[in-house]
Amino acid sequence: MTISSLIATPSELTDSSSSKTAIVLMTRIRLARNITGHSFPGWAKPAQREAVYQMCSAAVGATPQMKRSLSVAVADLSDLERQILVERHLISRELSGAKAGAGVVISREQAFSVMVNEEDHLRIQVLRSGFNLKKAWNAINELDSALEDRLDFAFSPTLGYLTACPTNVGTAMRASAMMHLPALVISNQMEKIVRAVNQLGMVVRGLFGEGSDASGSIFQISNQTTLGESEEDIIKRLGSVLQSIVEHELNARGKLIEADAGKLFDKIGRAFGILQNSHLLSSSEAMNLLSLIRLGVDLGAFPDANRAITDRLLIEAQPGHLQHAQKGEFDPAQRDILRAARLRSEFANFTRPDFTVHQPEKN
Amino acid sequence: MANPLKCDLCSKPATVHLTQIVNNKVHKVDLCEACAQAKGVTDPSGFSLADLLLKASLNPEPATPAGVKCERCGCTQNDFKKHGRFGCPACYDTFRGVIEPMLENMHHGTAHAGKVPTRALERKSLYDRLTKLELDLTEAVKSERYEDAARTRDEINQVKQAVNQHGSR
Repeated sequence: MTISSLIATPSELTDSSSSKTAIVLMTRIRLARNITGHSFPGWAKPAQREAVYQMCSAAVGATPQMKRSLSVAVADLSDLERQILVERHLISRELSGAKAGAGVVISREQAFSVMVNEEDHLRIQVLRSGFNLKKAWNAINELDSALEDRLDFAFSPTLGYLTACPTNVGTAMRASAMMHLPALVISNQMEKIVRAVNQLGMVVRGLFGEGSDASGSIFQISNQTTLGESEEDIIKRLGSVLQSIVEHELNARGKLIEADAGKLFDKIGRAFGILQNSHLLSSSEAMNLLSLIRLGVDLGAFPDANRAITDRLLIEAQPGHLQHAQKGEFDPAQRDILRAARLRSEFANFTRPDFTVHQPEKN
Repeated sequence: MANPLKCDLCSKPATVHLTQIVNNKVHKVDLCEACAQAKGVTDPSGFSLADLLLKASLNPEPATPAGVKCERCGCTQNDFKKHGRFGCPACYDTFRGVIEPMLENMHHGTAHAGKVPTRALERKSLYDRLTKLELDLTEAVKSERYEDAARTRDEINQVKQAVNQHGSR
């Protein structure tokens, strides 16, 4: 598979329109693995990095899950291609800036990606749309076991899988969910939620992980600790935290409608108006507007099928995807013009919001 | 990949860098914003670095033999402190004393309770056995214990077969 055919194929995140994805857009699990007897990527000399890269990418490519996959070195990707892979959550920002001897293997359907020589020798990742922690765990567990037959992982009976950073040692697993929480943001409850989630040993981050902002009211919630608990226990704990956040979001939506439905519908209606008519849209404004449309879909103001379109646009409005679609590189000001044009044409076909059934959707 | 300084108390990137001279000795701490707030670093009048150093038993130049160094990869304790990352898997053994109290603060427990790469460990034990048997064989041949040598060779063949089966799974 080539990078251009991969980019032309829609990502795992844009393929579902079911109401199951209403609040939890996507589930993701990643496992860090290292090869015994080799320096970690950040410490290894260039020749060692290269040797590990060759060994690991060959082993990953030979697993059944990676049949007809794309395997590519970061150095062989253009800036734009890297950015698109970051926007699809297939590689991290850190890998996209990596030196020589680093790369990624991405499965055909873009559900699995394995980064080689990011912070650890291997960062194995699985993406699933919707709230699917158990399925995601089963899938990644199988891929990990398949790799275990081909590579000697650094493992200690007492400390578990050994990782470059001690914050990941043990299961070396980070399970996360990407959640759309507009009502909690509108009603100023996010800070409270973040604090409560932290106390439960989980972390809240923006859309693109550490240090990124939460435009579009999209947050990533993941486990903080990796040692002392089994993968299943971590997933169970995370699952119940996510479930309770979903309930809080649904409550917040109910309350917003109860307290001042007009104000909420005004926000959604205005977002629709801007998307249909604006000529300049920054990526963060576009995200925020699309987030309100998505909320409108959940509230029944737009047909259910529009959720998938909105989710696709959330990705396609981002700088990398936008420039790729326009076949060129543009400065931010030009991008804002192109983005607005793109969204105008998409929203020209949208039916106007209809709030007569203002019944919050049951999840 | 830039490696910004890590907070001395947790592992977030450090944004507050403080230097104080106490008893003619220079002490430096690097903290993240949250820890700086918590320790009162942002309020210079109420903050004493000495307290912090004492409490967290941090020393800018390690009092422990400065030369603790991983034999496998050459990573030193200072390298680890600076980058917040180890050099190689063997560092976990080398810096056991440093890492154990850290792990207690960082995690839910200090002992691994998750997945074990059973097949990889079996394979490793087969390889270890093979290495030992091959040594035995050389020994036996050298000391002209041919019966032993023949037995060891049979055993080696058995283990090799097991290794092959393992690999083909």
